[in-house]
Amino acid sequence: MIRYAGKRLLSLVLSLIAASIVIFAVIEVIPGDPASFMLGVNARADTLEALRDQMGLNDPLHVRYFNWVTGMLTGDFGTSWTYKTPVVDLVNDRIWVSLPLAVYALILSTLIAFPAGIIAASRRGGPADMSIMGATQLGVAIPNFWFAMILVLIFAINLRWFSAGGFPGWDNPALAIKSLTLPAIALALPQAAILARVMRSSLLDTLGEDYIRTARAKGLTRRQALWRHAVRNALIPVLTIIGLQFSFLLAGGIIIEQVFFLPGLGRLIFQSISGRDLIVVESVVMLLVFVVIVVNFAVDIAYGAVDPRLRSKS
Amino acid sequence: MTHFTKLLSASMLALTASMASAQTDITVAIQLEPPNLDPTGGAAQAIDSVLYSNVFEGLTRFMADGSVVAGLAKSWDISDDGLTYTFMLNEGVMFHDGTDMNADDVKFSLDRARADDSTNAQKGLFADIADVTVVDPLTVQVTLAQPNGSFLFNMAWGDAVIVAPESIETIASNPIGTGAFAFSDWVQGDRLELVRNDAYWGDAPALESATFRFISDPTAAFAAVMAEDVDAFVGFPAPENLPQFEADPRFQVLVGNTEGETILSMNNQMPPFDNVLVRQAVSLAIDRQAIIDGAMFGYGTPIGTHFAPHNPDYVDLIANSAHNPDRARELLAEAGFADGFTTTLKLPPPSYARRGGEIIAAQLREVGITAEITNLEWAQWLEEVFKAKDFGMSIVSHTEPMDLGIYANPSYYFQYDNIVFQAVMDKLNATTDPAMRSELMAAAQTIISEDYVNGYLFQLAVPTVAKAGLNGLWLDQPTAAVDLTGVSWSE
Repeated sequence: MIRYAGKRLLSLVLSLIAASIVIFAVIEVIPGDPASFMLGVNARADTLEALRDQMGLNDPLHVRYFNWVTGMLTGDFGTSWTYKTPVVDLVNDRIWVSLPLAVYALILSTLIAFPAGIIAASRRGGPADMSIMGATQLGVAIPNFWFAMILVLIFAINLRWFSAGGFPGWDNPALAIKSLTLPAIALALPQAAILARVMRSSLLDTLGEDYIRTARAKGLTRRQALWRHAVRNALIPVLTIIGLQFSFLLAGGIIIEQVFFLPGLGRLIFQSISGRDLIVVESVVMLLVFVVIVVNFAVDIAYGAVDPRLRSKS
Repeated sequence: MTHFTKLLSASMLALTASMASAQTDITVAIQLEPPNLDPTGGAAQAIDSVLYSNVFEGLTRFMADGSVVAGLAKSWDISDDGLTYTFMLNEGVMFHDGTDMNADDVKFSLDRARADDSTNAQKGLFADIADVTVVDPLTVQVTLAQPNGSFLFNMAWGDAVIVAPESIETIASNPIGTGAFAFSDWVQGDRLELVRNDAYWGDAPALESATFRFISDPTAAFAAVMAEDVDAFVGFPAPENLPQFEADPRFQVLVGNTEGETILSMNNQMPPFDNVLVRQAVSLAIDRQAIIDGAMFGYGTPIGTHFAPHNPDYVDLIANSAHNPDRARELLAEAGFADGFTTTLKLPPPSYARRGGEIIAAQLREVGITAEITNLEWAQWLEEVFKAKDFGMSIVSHTEPMDLGIYANPSYYFQYDNIVFQAVMDKLNATTDPAMRSELMAAAQTIISEDYVNGYLFQLAVPTVAKAGLNGLWLDQPTAAVDLTGVSWSE
């Protein structure tokens, strides 16, 4: 298990180094001068030069890459050019919107998908299976932003149960959770549909395995065999999907954050790209890459825990 | 007991009624969030939208109708040669941190804006200042290197507000001004809060607190107003929804003018646009009303030159470029492009440009001109079009007030170089006599209209959707501002 974890850890570090180089290179070649974006069309040449100097844009590329990476290693992610606030503070404010939203959506999607997938698999071909699969078909097909707009139309504009967007902050946790509810549902349902389908097919695969027949032959009922043997074995592909989904939910909430005007990480990246606040884009994307890689690492380790064969093989 | 209950419910009713009549807070939405809160260090209009007149004030200020009136300076004397302005400051003006605002702060602010290392986006406003002298704590003397007829106008801009040396270090995140509202809190990405400044030197505003929210997505904007999450949306991004709000008694719709002359700019140094016949052909090929109807859902005033139609000095020159595709084809043939030509049309993100670009490309196709559309982000637009001048045509709304001067600058991105026009503008800048200035402005407008420098499309409208019962919001936007000092709730 330790060797397995060590190998995974090495690949984690290598991925991070590669990612930092790619992110820096890609973002630096985007056309557009951050200084002239900030000063607009009436700016004079000397003003632009003064600002470029202030922002350190006149340093050579490798110096800026080096400063950026060493800064991050010591916890200094730089200072936003436009917000004039440390990137760490910006991220710190917004992660408390994006992270709870992603977790909330993931919980919702798992709570919906697990029972739905298990019911569908255990009653394969029956009316319950048919209707669940029909619903997931729809869930996969509907884009989440459209679904979000429909939720706003019904629950915010017509019924007035929720506000149409915005985030009041965590001072009042109940209000904060309430304001994340519609976005979380909009994010969760398409994910739940995918997860339910994966759960069902994975479970059907394991139900066809010899050890299930053996278990039934030993005298376990269908239900007992399902719960004791099939579900656990069916979890591996499901865990993979959950890991991928969490990364998607954290970074990919950008459209949903836009629809509900939530001050989250996705919206920060979006604003920073159009404002050419490169240091923010670089650091936040790097941070997200870090989170994604760590989540995948955790999923790999979880495989090992669920499936002892993976440990010994490596 | 029933009496008691009745009494209770009656008093509750009275209480809620009195609470309703006493609404003293407001939630205003605008599209873009200010990147930081320093109006003297960046071009972002959103900074002024939130802070102008509310938190920061200048020596002079814009009123809702665009006129320039006294601000922190209660009066001024101008020397006969037009070179020396002596400003008398209001007494008892304090910054929000409790320090006095006096002549030293004025000198500091103006000197800072024109310093070598200044990052003021409108540094040109201060270019003519030769010296700023403190006469006494309430009198400050500004000497100009040359007479400047727009000096008082320039001092009204948001970039010329008076700031204090004590608070300048943290101005970007904690702006300390002299205005009727003090900055209270900014939850970046979500909202910004102001509270009434009880020590304000001028008339106390009716509102006690204000919250700004930032919603750029048109669908989200619609939802926020419909769900009454916001009390007013200044610069509502979805003009197609305005009729729906107009029909709804809960809301009022105000459609005002901005200083944004929206133009189809042409690269005057690049063939074939260096030929005035070609530029004229392009101008005649354009059907302005179709663009206003198609791209702006009917909101916008046609213009025939680069000048705001609500300005008293505006000259109606639309007839110079009235829609006439047949004549446009003749002109193209005359210029040697009987078979038309192909050029680029580079569009920045706003919907007036993206939607208008499609319509203009179709109209130009009618006369044989193929415009290849490229959509750009603002940063790319600044780089490619504005700086590198690598474009044939573009569509931009020039939102700075009184910006005729850009036509006198041959290195400005559309690169119009006309000595006669430059001479008129030089004379205008040095003239303070109002009648003479009007005449010169008319002459300038006529020259650029008859030279077809750009395709003049329309004055950009600014729609505001507000709850019924909200009074005092600016209709027009003479400068980017959501001035809350005169806003109140009726009932």
